[in-house]
Amino acid sequence: MSTNATHEAETRQTTIEADPNLPTIRIIRDFDAPPEKVFRAWIEPDLVVQWLGPKSTEMRIDKWDADTGGNYRYVAIQNGEEVAAFYGSFHEVRPSERLVQTFTWEGMPDGVSLETMTFEDLGNGRTRTIGLSVVENLETRDAIMASGMDVGVNEGYEKLDALLAQG
Amino acid sequence: MSEDRLSRVFAALADPTRRDIVARLAVGDATVSQLAAPYNVSIQAVSKHLKVLEDAGLVTRSQDAQRRPRHLEAEVFDMMTAWIERYRRQAEERYRRLDAVLASMDDDKSKPTINKGAAS
Repeated sequence: MSTNATHEAETRQTTIEADPNLPTIRIIRDFDAPPEKVFRAWIEPDLVVQWLGPKSTEMRIDKWDADTGGNYRYVAIQNGEEVAAFYGSFHEVRPSERLVQTFTWEGMPDGVSLETMTFEDLGNGRTRTIGLSVVENLETRDAIMASGMDVGVNEGYEKLDALLAQG
Repeated sequence: MSEDRLSRVFAALADPTRRDIVARLAVGDATVSQLAAPYNVSIQAVSKHLKVLEDAGLVTRSQDAQRRPRHLEAEVFDMMTAWIERYRRQAEERYRRLDAVLASMDDDKSKPTINKGAAS
């Protein structure tokens, strides 16, 4: 894959890898910002709320202690009502390089995934993020991919369109 | 496609011999004995693998009653591709919001924005 900035539109596309033999999902995406900055957008709560939640919901952070050994909890709010809650721990916060978290949707309290995010410096102020999710078994992985994991995912792309329109 | 069906498809494809069978059927229909030929396994073993692929809807039997050649249902792969693509688009949508956040961070690069609780 080219990292040439003139091809950024195509190289920025998200790629997904779901191994047929392992209960994992790998999500790879390049960003036009250096690792330090991308990392901040992942761990600073005022930045996280701006992008992590699904577009049709508001994300409210109840707890956010983004240090190694810390923990977090946030809820998704739709039309003033809590529709989902998530929590987990920050297993490792290694600035600008690596972020390892556990993740549980409270609606399925026995389920937990291990989320490892790696931030690769591509040079020229660009970063490749590689997210690896490991869940309990293949059925769970398939169900997560089939459901899209997000709340209210079918509501389309209006929020994205609006963002893009703002330029 | 239902989640159950998708799980069956994924499970069916988790086995290397079955992936091999699928690859061969992608070239053209084949009978059980034709499929068994390259492997060091019995026709019964290949039949078991075919049963899993049939249950997942990936493979069907043609009408020819004598030879019963197996046929690959390519549209199942199209559905699976569409399903993974939908998941990918959701991730892409989220990351485009992150693009916008990163762009907005340009202005206050030097300003520390860590904000755990009370601002001071």
